[in-house]
Amino acid sequence: MYRYDEFDRALVLERVEQFRGQVARRLSGELEEEEFKALRLRNGLYLQLHAYMLRVAIPYGTLSSQQMRKLAHIARVYDRDYGHFTTRQNIQYNWPKLVDVPDILAELAEVEMHAIQTSGNCIRNVTADHFAGVAADEIEDPRVYAEIVRQWSTLHPEFSFLPRKFKIAVNGTAQDRAALRVHDIGLQIRRNSAGKIGFEVMVGGGQGRTPYIAPTIREFLPKQHLLSYLEAILRVYNQLGRRDNLYKARIKILVASTGVENFTKLVEEEWAEIKGGELTLPEDEHRRILDYFSPPQYQDSNGASKTFETHKTWNLDFSRWCKTNVVSHKRPGFSIITISLKPIGSAPGDASADQMDVIAGLAEKFSHDEIRVTHEQNLVLAHVCQSDIYEVWEALENAALSTPNIGLISDMITCPGLDYCNLANARSIPVAQNIAKKFEDLDRQHDIGELKIKISGCINACGHHHVGHIGILGVDKRGEEFYQITLGGSGAEDAALGDIVGRAFGYDEVTGAIETIVDTYVTERRNGERFLDTYRRVGLGPFKEALYGTA
Amino acid sequence: MALLKAHELTADPWTVIDGTGDPSGVDHPLITLESWVLHSDKLGCVNTPLGIFLKSHQSPVELVDDLDRFSVIALDFPKLSDGRAFSYARLLRQRYGFQGEVRAVGEVRRDQYLFMLRCGFNTFEVGDDVDLAGWADAATEVSVFYQPGSDDSSWAFRCRRS
Ligand code: HEM
Ligand code: SF4
Repeated sequence: MYRYDEFDRALVLERVEQFRGQVARRLSGELEEEEFKALRLRNGLYLQLHAYMLRVAIPYGTLSSQQMRKLAHIARVYDRDYGHFTTRQNIQYNWPKLVDVPDILAELAEVEMHAIQTSGNCIRNVTADHFAGVAADEIEDPRVYAEIVRQWSTLHPEFSFLPRKFKIAVNGTAQDRAALRVHDIGLQIRRNSAGKIGFEVMVGGGQGRTPYIAPTIREFLPKQHLLSYLEAILRVYNQLGRRDNLYKARIKILVASTGVENFTKLVEEEWAEIKGGELTLPEDEHRRILDYFSPPQYQDSNGASKTFETHKTWNLDFSRWCKTNVVSHKRPGFSIITISLKPIGSAPGDASADQMDVIAGLAEKFSHDEIRVTHEQNLVLAHVCQSDIYEVWEALENAALSTPNIGLISDMITCPGLDYCNLANARSIPVAQNIAKKFEDLDRQHDIGELKIKISGCINACGHHHVGHIGILGVDKRGEEFYQITLGGSGAEDAALGDIVGRAFGYDEVTGAIETIVDTYVTERRNGERFLDTYRRVGLGPFKEALYGTA
Repeated sequence: MALLKAHELTADPWTVIDGTGDPSGVDHPLITLESWVLHSDKLGCVNTPLGIFLKSHQSPVELVDDLDRFSVIALDFPKLSDGRAFSYARLLRQRYGFQGEVRAVGEVRRDQYLFMLRCGFNTFEVGDDVDLAGWADAATEVSVFYQPGSDDSSWAFRCRRS
């Protein structure tokens, strides 16, 4: 894991003191809310309907046990005993008091954490594949570059007042677990024919009311030029991005309205001016950061897989959980465990302070002191020896953390919706709960297989509905909640926006409609294909017919 | 309005000439881009230094061939959230080697001061009630930089390697 050096530590501490001063100026009345807003948003502090909300960065989703314990402590002391893990690998606290926030930030700084740039129109927390460093086919660990980008983008003097927020993600395997194509910039690590490492650069993806799948503007960028190329993209955007209309301010709109070719030309021209300059990544700095992410010392345990297999044979619950929540590790005898934060009937992504402590303990004992947060709002123990998996599962079971549903229909992304959000058209969490209940039977869920449902309560798309295999969008029809369903979206390497299936469904109809869609899939599927593959083969037709009849 | 330079108040010899008003006879006129476009022939040979004011949608790139005619380029921040002039200042300093005064005008706040300094601004139009000590603090409250700027402050890559 990356560890702060003297520079990183100094910066974070200075920022805490700077914000303490700003809060004091606000509390004394010297700063008006309007001006304070711009400052608190630089420190992840939002003002919501009833209270402040603090968003803490978890760079590329990697945490130590000590850091997780600190997050639990903050939930317990300054909040209401829980935290919410978000789709951008951050954690949010929903009830902090303004006077406490400088102290919270000081506590975070003790464990090398902060809330810098988790909001505001700047370069946000950089995200990466949650299986970084442990996936078998990885070219290089994407967190190395995410950390380099994190540093470069932190308090960037030129890019702190962009037209709109800016999100960058990095991925290092053929499978895209970082949703690159729906980011402002997606960086796919590639190795070229000469064996050199670099990036495929995608720009201008995004969700919200005008979703776009990011086009590739450069097939291969040698790694040492990463920062100068990013600087070129951001400089073009900072000058030309729209500032007259909030909804047209993201870089996706600039790319679409300029045209990919023209936009690329602008970036390449800017880059030609700065390429090879100061921002060129020196090999020793690359090494320095790479070393922080070198793999842990794995202790082989004799007979590990044997005890693992035995437990699977004897315990049906355990074996079912293993099927969905445990995947293979690049090192034989080890596994990657995903801890579901989607038990049936709860708010997706929430974890209590006690649960966080349990997970911290397990990571310390069994997973080289490391935890990851996924963009699907689950947690990961990335290095568990197979002989320990059963013990980990038992501990998770005792903490209500053993839901065996990763990748299945009940592992949904759901935005807060009308229950919490003042922009909502419709409820989302209860819709998710109803669907989860309908498909409660685990055998049925397993039979259905990989199926990603994503639900947003309005067109802002916090719940990623555009890229759900099944997307559900809350709309308002004369004051009533309706739900528009899309099929065939994906945020992965086969990225696509879903197609609208037809007329929207009322709140009471939507669960039934989902069941009809799933049943249609089960009838149509061939040779165990996934829902998405069946949909791509047969198209909307059979689903429309099942939902609306032929008339 | 007061003018800040090197954290101190300084006299401002410049007179702003709005719109396309005739600047002849004015000492140290600070003109608009529209005025320059209209009067550049005449203004080319006046006997006083010239300054120009650019709105946030007016890139100094439009002036590259004439930059040496100006002693001051004033860049506008029409609202807190409009950060285009940060890029303009860097281009002026780094790409076009502009040595004169780059002045920040409009919504110029103490909490943006350090960013502005790092992008190459060197004078700042501020309110008359400016808290000088507060601004001086703002220029030093963060001492670590993770990226090169257009000032001469060192940055982490370089510090770590030396
Ligand atoms: C409860 C109050 C919330 C409000 C008022 C809110 C508001 C918004 C708004 C206005 C946007 C559109 C921004 C844009 O298009 O630039 C947005 C996008 C988004 N929000 Fe939220 N949000 C809330 C909660 C959440 C939560 C809890 C999450 C994560 C679990 C979340 C994740 C996102 C994501 C991922 C996007 C999409 C950004 C993109 O375009 O790529 N939001 N939200
Ligand atoms: S998608 Fe809409 S309803 Fe859901 S959290 Fe975002 S803004 Fe609120």
